[in-house]
Amino acid sequence: MLIRLFSYMNQYKKYAALAVICIMTEGIFELLVPLIMADLIDVGVANGDRSYIYMKGLQMVACALIALVLGVGSARFAALTGQGLGAELRKAEYEKLQGYSFANIDHFRSSSLVTRLTSDVTNIQNAVSMGMRPFCRGPMMLVVATGVAFSINHTLAIVFFVALPVLATALFVITMKVRPLYSRMQTAIDTVNRIVQENLTAVRVVKACVRGGYEVEKFEEGNQKLRQESETAFRLAALNMPAMQFVMYGTILSILLFGGYLIQKGSMKVGELTGFLSYVLQILNSLMMISNVFLMLTRSMASGARILEVIDEKVDLTDEKARDIEVKHGSVEFEHVWFKYKKEAKEYVLSDISFHIEAGQTVGVIGQTGAAKSTLVQLIPRLYDATEGVVKVDGVPVQEYPMAHLRDAIAMVLQKNTLFSGSLLDNLRWGKENASREEIEEACRIACVDEVLERLPQGYETEMGQGGVNVSGGQKQRICIARALLKKPKILILDDSTSAVDTATEAKIRERMGKALPDMTKIIIGQRISSVRHADQIIILDDGRVSDIGTHEELLTRSEIYQQIYESQKEGVEL
Amino acid sequence: MAKYSYVGYKRPRNTKNTLKHLLHYMGLHKWMFLLVGLLVCVSTGASVMGTYLLKPVINRFIMPGDRKGLVGAVAAMGVMYLCGALATLAYNQLMIKSAQTVVQEIRSDLFAHVQTLPLSYFDAHTHGELMSRFTNDVDTVQEAMNNSFAMAIQSFLTLVGTIVMMMVLSVRLSLIVMVFLILMGIFIRTNSKRSQKYYQRQQAELGRINGFSEEMMAGQKVEKIFNHEKVNFKIFCGLNENFRKESTDALTYTGMQVPTVVSLSYLNYAVSACVGGIFTLNGFLDIGSLSSYLVFVRQSALPMNQFTAQINQILTALAGAERIFDLMEAEPEADEGDITLCNVLEENGKIKETDERTGHFAWKLPAAEPGGKTELRKLRGDVKFDNVVFGYVPEKHILNGISLYAKPGQKIAFVGSTGAGKTTIINLINRFYEIESGTITYDGIDIRRIRKEDLRHSLAMVIQETHLFTGTIADNIRYGKLDATDGEVREAARIANADSFIRRLPDGYDTMLYSDGSNLSQGQRQLIAIARAAIAKPPVLILDEATSSIDTRTERLIEKGMDAIMDGRTVFVIAHRLSTVRNSKAIMVLEKGEIIERGDHEALLSEKGRYYQLYTGQFELE
Repeated sequence: MLIRLFSYMNQYKKYAALAVICIMTEGIFELLVPLIMADLIDVGVANGDRSYIYMKGLQMVACALIALVLGVGSARFAALTGQGLGAELRKAEYEKLQGYSFANIDHFRSSSLVTRLTSDVTNIQNAVSMGMRPFCRGPMMLVVATGVAFSINHTLAIVFFVALPVLATALFVITMKVRPLYSRMQTAIDTVNRIVQENLTAVRVVKACVRGGYEVEKFEEGNQKLRQESETAFRLAALNMPAMQFVMYGTILSILLFGGYLIQKGSMKVGELTGFLSYVLQILNSLMMISNVFLMLTRSMASGARILEVIDEKVDLTDEKARDIEVKHGSVEFEHVWFKYKKEAKEYVLSDISFHIEAGQTVGVIGQTGAAKSTLVQLIPRLYDATEGVVKVDGVPVQEYPMAHLRDAIAMVLQKNTLFSGSLLDNLRWGKENASREEIEEACRIACVDEVLERLPQGYETEMGQGGVNVSGGQKQRICIARALLKKPKILILDDSTSAVDTATEAKIRERMGKALPDMTKIIIGQRISSVRHADQIIILDDGRVSDIGTHEELLTRSEIYQQIYESQKEGVEL
Repeated sequence: MAKYSYVGYKRPRNTKNTLKHLLHYMGLHKWMFLLVGLLVCVSTGASVMGTYLLKPVINRFIMPGDRKGLVGAVAAMGVMYLCGALATLAYNQLMIKSAQTVVQEIRSDLFAHVQTLPLSYFDAHTHGELMSRFTNDVDTVQEAMNNSFAMAIQSFLTLVGTIVMMMVLSVRLSLIVMVFLILMGIFIRTNSKRSQKYYQRQQAELGRINGFSEEMMAGQKVEKIFNHEKVNFKIFCGLNENFRKESTDALTYTGMQVPTVVSLSYLNYAVSACVGGIFTLNGFLDIGSLSSYLVFVRQSALPMNQFTAQINQILTALAGAERIFDLMEAEPEADEGDITLCNVLEENGKIKETDERTGHFAWKLPAAEPGGKTELRKLRGDVKFDNVVFGYVPEKHILNGISLYAKPGQKIAFVGSTGAGKTTIINLINRFYEIESGTITYDGIDIRRIRKEDLRHSLAMVIQETHLFTGTIADNIRYGKLDATDGEVREAARIANADSFIRRLPDGYDTMLYSDGSNLSQGQRQLIAIARAAIAKPPVLILDEATSSIDTRTERLIEKGMDAIMDGRTVFVIAHRLSTVRNSKAIMVLEKGEIIERGDHEALLSEKGRYYQLYTGQFELE
């Protein structure tokens, strides 16, 4: 998995190499210092040679300075590497996300995708930036120090052959055991966070139902579990330190004992024993370092896995059947379309839907809450693909259009409208990036945004979206319609998008649209009879099935559902 | 996950108060923490002494070849080391156990306290901000407790021990070390200040990426419909690059610290060696002392580094702790009411308090004077507003002198545009907010005299945004009445017309809902919320746009059930669909915090005022 992650390093590979070189050379200079030092004392001080002392002293200073430069360099390069890798990973994830279908997104839930894009990547990049130094130094020190220790006295080095594997095994076992514990801890953390999150968003419900106590109990359960899980994980991880101490102390003692014996036998000098000791400590220290890096990696591995899941997800809406064609007229046809959101789901959301819409027609779709009206129209611009059956535009299955062309030709105004941060003009330009002033004004006129504009403090430059001016629901819906019109689509889908607009304005929009854009196919989902009664045909959906299709008058005489809807809205307003 | 209002590295402002709180929590486990401190001393002592003893062992036993003495000395050291290692083992385990317990207690208290906060607090603080108290802040405290507390003591002791040992060996040479240690200290201080600055910038950039991703995730359908993927990708890449730059700088400074301090310690080492060498030549020092002195010099860098790192960690944790305790000190909802709700039995016109769940309730008014009799007043649902003035912020009134009277069993409707104050009025009935002047009475009792919990028990509320909890559908309906039987749950669902769609779900009533019921449609969620209110059967029912996402035909179907729920209850309804409110006893048309028209449907229509305009579609609502 690491290799997969690191393969995203791209242009930052060279920094990685530089960082490794810096760290290694720095290590070498650091190792040189004690050697020069030994010379200084053994030769300089012993012989009383002052100039030699100064010279060696200067050499040490030089080494330390070089090490300083290299150290700073390594920090810079390691930071560049880690953060570069992070940036590349985020980019790769985001790019992949752009191609996701809604089925893909539902698979992860969007909140989790944001976490995977941000904190998970941050974990990885920091682990790399911070972990590089110990990760490179550890093994290097291990090898060098072992070599030196051997060269000093290989009989004594036997102590190593006992100590090293013991410590290595202990650290390995701890790391392996801790790994699953960490992921269990993460699950517990997620649960606690979820409870807090839900409690915060639903604070009104909690207060209105007086469920504070119940919530506390629920939280307590999760909290207790979290404590248990993290205690087990941390306690096991904390065994690292004492394990290291046991082995280290044991080694020191054995070396003293064994070394003392060798010295008495005359096969070793006292100076060698002290040198040996310090190298042994160095070696064990580097093992400790390596195991620490592994522990850190273990925690970031979980993040790595989550990132790769995003990158490896199979995108289920693709352009593989696409030919190079464009939508010319805008007729729509459903042929025995069946649909369900998940393959595993038992019931279909849409069952056996068939109808035909001529180019330029206005079609109303009406039906109960949950009758799958929105689902139905979302199949046309391929927000989802039909499970069975064919959706055709201009007589050609939608899959055969390149996705970008298809969606360019279809404009859709959603039930849940979104305006983005930025000015009103920025938002309108989503429809057409380089739209001229005239085009924008025309779209605004048709959608009756002109009336809204007069009331906005800075006109087109007024800030929208989060932190922007609060436009009312009706005004927002009109802006979204104008945005969709700017695309000059062949097919316009209005998904209950005039619900908050008053009936008079709604009629005005309908009339202007009919006049200015007669060739455009219009599909209108509505709850109000007034929104759909003028349509060329009205499709009544009931429970995911087409219950009836016809004009207002026809349906009024034969469709019971339509009559009921009509009755429920009739009084007062002349429709 | 929620927004990141990560405040990371800031220093604590009021350390004293924070420490007091923290010590209070630690105080609950004070023996544990004392024991940990003691064990840390033992562990550190063993390690420092071990290094110190190496020289005498070599000089006294190995050099002269005293094998027996050597074995004895090694055995003695062995015992000491064993104690040290065991102490390390023990304090690590103890520390984690107590740290986790303390953290758990902090989390519990925090959550429990959040439950008591008034709604105005949640209005003023984003969820992300509150979330980060539970996640980031608690995390840093936990991290500091797990490791830093013990490590700081340990590295401090080691540092002091090392300095003392050096002083013992040569006071004059120690001066050099002191100079270097001070230099290191200065470097570490300035460097961490600098890295904090970059760190904050990095966090700001991260926040931007987060915000952008969240906004685009929320508007993903629009993004796809408008083929806007490429443009967004470009924006994202820009943000991504900015973040990379800032975080690279931040981490460069953080990463520099260790190698720089180590190099400084080598410089120190070199200078000490030179000067020491000269000292030795001049006879101030013997060669053996010089070597062991230099060993200590080399060792002094590590604890210095560790100590500062731990102190930084502790400061971060203190800042986190401070935010946690700030939240814990936030004023809870005022609740000075002493009138409670109780179950009553009705016997020939008189009511009597009982422990049984009779389904009949009464207010229990405490005795006027000590020793007097408590009064029982039947719960009827009679709500009266008298000249109520209210504003979310003082001086900015949302409601100006609202007066209204809802008799038991009446249905009162509020109509008006967004911001007219409809929701505000009903939020005052259950005392989500405190009124500025005027009075609200419930069955003739000022609601401020009623214990809040009981007041809210007597009201059920269905609000516009339906919030569902992770759990089964049955659990969610049961939220209105925790001890409801399965039969009651089904009955409530039937009343809300939710039964049929629930039964069609894969697991029926046991279908699990995740992330705020995202697998249900808006309308289905509202039906569940209505069922939730139906199960509670309170005398007063508040419906705030409760059917806005339900189509008119379904609304008609629920209506019968709703009528059954509403029967004999006082009902407050807010709806922008006028067909929903038509049959109300009284309709109040609100504008700018004042009631401009009131009357029943016919009366208002014949008035030909604002209501008439709304009803005939001449005026846009919301």
